[in-house]
Amino acid sequence: MPDAPDAPDAPDPRAGIELTDVTKRYPGQRTAAVDRVTLHIPAGEIVVLLGPSGSGKTTLMRLVNRLIEPTSGTITVAGRDALSLNPTELRRHIGYVIQDAGLFPHMTVATNVGLVPQMLKWDRKRIAARVDELLELVDLPPDRYRARYPRELSGGQQQRVGVARALAADPPVMLMDEPFGALDPITREHLQDSLLGLQDELGKTIVFVTHDIDEALKLGDRIAILDKGSRVAQYGTPQEILLSPADEYVEQFVGGAQSMRLLRFSRVADVPLGETPTARPGDDAAAVRDRIGDADDAFAVVLDDAGRPVRAVTRDDLRDAAGPLGERGAPVPEPLHARDTLQRALEALIQTDHDRVPVVGRGGAFTGTVSLATVQDAVRDMRRAAERRTAGTA
Amino acid sequence: MNFWEYLRSREELLTFETWQHASMVFQCVVAALVIGVAIGLLVYRSPRLSAVATGAAGAAFTIPSLALLGLLITPLGLGVAPSVVALTLYSLLPIVRNTVVGLTGVDRTLVDAARGIGMGRARILLRVELPLAWPVILTGVRVATQLAMGIGAIAAYVSGPGLGEQIFSGLGRLGGANSVNMTLAGTLGVIVLALLFDACFVLIGRLTTPRGIRA
Repeated sequence: MPDAPDAPDAPDPRAGIELTDVTKRYPGQRTAAVDRVTLHIPAGEIVVLLGPSGSGKTTLMRLVNRLIEPTSGTITVAGRDALSLNPTELRRHIGYVIQDAGLFPHMTVATNVGLVPQMLKWDRKRIAARVDELLELVDLPPDRYRARYPRELSGGQQQRVGVARALAADPPVMLMDEPFGALDPITREHLQDSLLGLQDELGKTIVFVTHDIDEALKLGDRIAILDKGSRVAQYGTPQEILLSPADEYVEQFVGGAQSMRLLRFSRVADVPLGETPTARPGDDAAAVRDRIGDADDAFAVVLDDAGRPVRAVTRDDLRDAAGPLGERGAPVPEPLHARDTLQRALEALIQTDHDRVPVVGRGGAFTGTVSLATVQDAVRDMRRAAERRTAGTA
Repeated sequence: MNFWEYLRSREELLTFETWQHASMVFQCVVAALVIGVAIGLLVYRSPRLSAVATGAAGAAFTIPSLALLGLLITPLGLGVAPSVVALTLYSLLPIVRNTVVGLTGVDRTLVDAARGIGMGRARILLRVELPLAWPVILTGVRVATQLAMGIGAIAAYVSGPGLGEQIFSGLGRLGGANSVNMTLAGTLGVIVLALLFDACFVLIGRLTTPRGIRA
């Protein structure tokens, strides 16, 4: 941390971003670029500002680190009144990632990443260590990449360095302006997944600007759909936006194929998992057989010492068995991660010959199983909930 | 007396004049670099001021060098002063123009990125804009040096220092003893100096341009 956590003006990572009645009016223009917008961005969440070009989404984002000065309104970032701070000082505690990465071509990767710590007067050794740590974090082996120049990297690698640079001084807040917009679809997908993985670990407050609805649904914990003048047409979770669009504008923006989108943007972690008995290799086989129960498709998951699922045993496997479980049963299918989408779960279920696929959480530890029925129920429940909400507001 | 014998007999004088010539050009170009970059920095953010600055430098450039030197005699007298002023003025144009072109040519998204990560105005200038504009500025300095080499020879017209003395004396008594040798010595001296300086610029360019933006 660049500041001691108890310093009075240090950024507070537990506070998010508050925009209150923020207006930006350019001289000589009749309509305001941003018109009395109030938005609460909770700490530790990815909030996507989504809208067509001209909706003022980038302007809204740039107000947060004062690359654009608001005409009126108040802005607090990580508990500090942004408008009363020195803008340069403020920006050093807000990560900033732009399209095409914006790396300085005359500086090496290491220099680029170390810029903010250098401005914050960290000593040389600490900067070097931090740079290596960050390159590791964004999957660029430091030994191979730290001395390279930006032009020696692919677009995707450059953007990874851009993210590393933004994270360098461990800012509580990050602003990302269409960071993956210029990349090919495969690289984009890959970097989106990396960002979600990073976010799992780091829990930053992220404002992410895009015009790509699929990207918004995939990355956003919440999405603010913006209309002209940064009017917030709807602000909600991806599910809320898919299932109950606030008005015609949002509906038009979200488009059709909502059921498929629902599967693509709901996470395994969002649905109730099936409970399946577990066992350890050392457990008594007869006791495990009793635990499994009588149903035809019933089975138990055998876990290793770290709690990771290894094998599945059915009643048949344990018929007439005595003594410890040992190596009985068949290997489990490749487990799903809590972060995976329901669509991914559906694919996994269709591909394996098992009715249920195990789900793992942090560190690969077993948390439950999903079946086709689980996915069906989840979608049905989401629909019902949305209908209730719509009925309630109508 | 053939050319080689002439060179040998005037070795000391020729060495001195060559050294003077090089020293004058070097100092004038350095002065023009400082002034030119300063002017460039003052104007590059306003398109109108940029146009005025490059326009004025361009206008000064159209004055014939002989006329300018002659005109400078009235306020500055003869010798070093008018020579240095004229040389510096002529060197300014390519440097001012290339500084403005170089600085305005820096990708605006990089400047935005620099602001966004918390660099102040001065830091952006020193760490981003000037380094990125440097190869272009250096090209301007190189052109200015070549110009100053040639014009420096004409400084002898106002009794300025350097190899021009050989050329003017030679031309002054054309047909007389050693007149061709003198003119030739002066001219070749300027050419050799110009080539040497240019070689230095190639070296400086390689040493001062980071690998990431080298062509």
